[in-house]
Amino acid sequence: MTKILTPTGEHDIAAHDGLWMSPVDAERVTGWTLKPEGMCRADLCVPLPASALAPNEVDLEAFWKKLGGPVVASEARDVWALGAAAEERNATLEGLEAPDFTLPDIDGVPRTLSQLRGRKVFLATWASW
Amino acid sequence: MWQALYEELKDKGFMVVAVAQESRGAEHARPWIEQAGSSYWQLIDTDHRLEDLYNLVNVPQAIWIDEQGRIARPPETAGSTDHFRRMDLSTRTMTPRDQAERLAARQAYLDAVRAWVATGAHALPAAAVRADLPKVTPEIAEARARFRLGVWLRANDRAAEGDLHLAEASRLHPESWSLWRQAADLDEVGKASGPEFWKRVQALGDRPYYPPPKL
Repeated sequence: MTKILTPTGEHDIAAHDGLWMSPVDAERVTGWTLKPEGMCRADLCVPLPASALAPNEVDLEAFWKKLGGPVVASEARDVWALGAAAEERNATLEGLEAPDFTLPDIDGVPRTLSQLRGRKVFLATWASW
Repeated sequence: MWQALYEELKDKGFMVVAVAQESRGAEHARPWIEQAGSSYWQLIDTDHRLEDLYNLVNVPQAIWIDEQGRIARPPETAGSTDHFRRMDLSTRTMTPRDQAERLAARQAYLDAVRAWVATGAHALPAAAVRADLPKVTPEIAEARARFRLGVWLRANDRAAEGDLHLAEASRLHPESWSLWRQAADLDEVGKASGPEFWKRVQALGDRPYYPPPKL
């Protein structure tokens, strides 16, 4: 199994030769669906070069790089991290809607920022270090 | 840290969400959280996801979010100041004057939050928020992915390999104190505020460690 870390999740995927995988797995990891037009999410489709496609397989690394996102891997290529593209982050922030997230509290209870809609929220970071 | 403010304002449609950037995990943060005795949300963020989403570089930083879920002020220093840079390192104390100034700056920041909750003061127009948003570069985006991989490798008994990615993350995003200090802390608790930290702070010269909020 190949471990794939995304900005919001962690997946164990049957991939080979890097990040070649089934379209079903590719969708599970990224939320993008393989269609004849390319990889699609909502109304947006990103065409893939023929070199990133094989019968019932897609090269997720090639797709992610086409999106402009960073792809890094461990030396043994058994653990990968797919990062958000800089332009995607900038576009989201410039939209000014506070990026939503779900994180656990100290007892493991998941809390989602958007549950607080209707209140003013003071969102602050801290650390022990 | 924000409990008094929260108690004072919680019945006025106000909430505090404090997010621990803590790759050692919840148990490491627990003593601080229990000591704070807070009733607002105290969340644990081992992967520094918040810093990725909001393009943050240090702690504490805060973002003000209005009732519609819109960013009302961009990320900025949350009540801390640079007075610590002048403290006597042998005794870890500041001069009375620096202590007073530091307290006053913190008070002014808390007063600004109060005014925002009461009247909407200090919320910025959209164009002003956008102008002050720090831009994510491809280097920063890669640094985040490296950091995520490095933290995972470290947590899975592959510390040496993880450290290579954490070091590369800091090299790609040198303005981030959080990336460097978290990596130092993972290496050894205390290292994030050790001699190497002070050397980095001194290397800032006239540049701020905590840029003051533009209130």
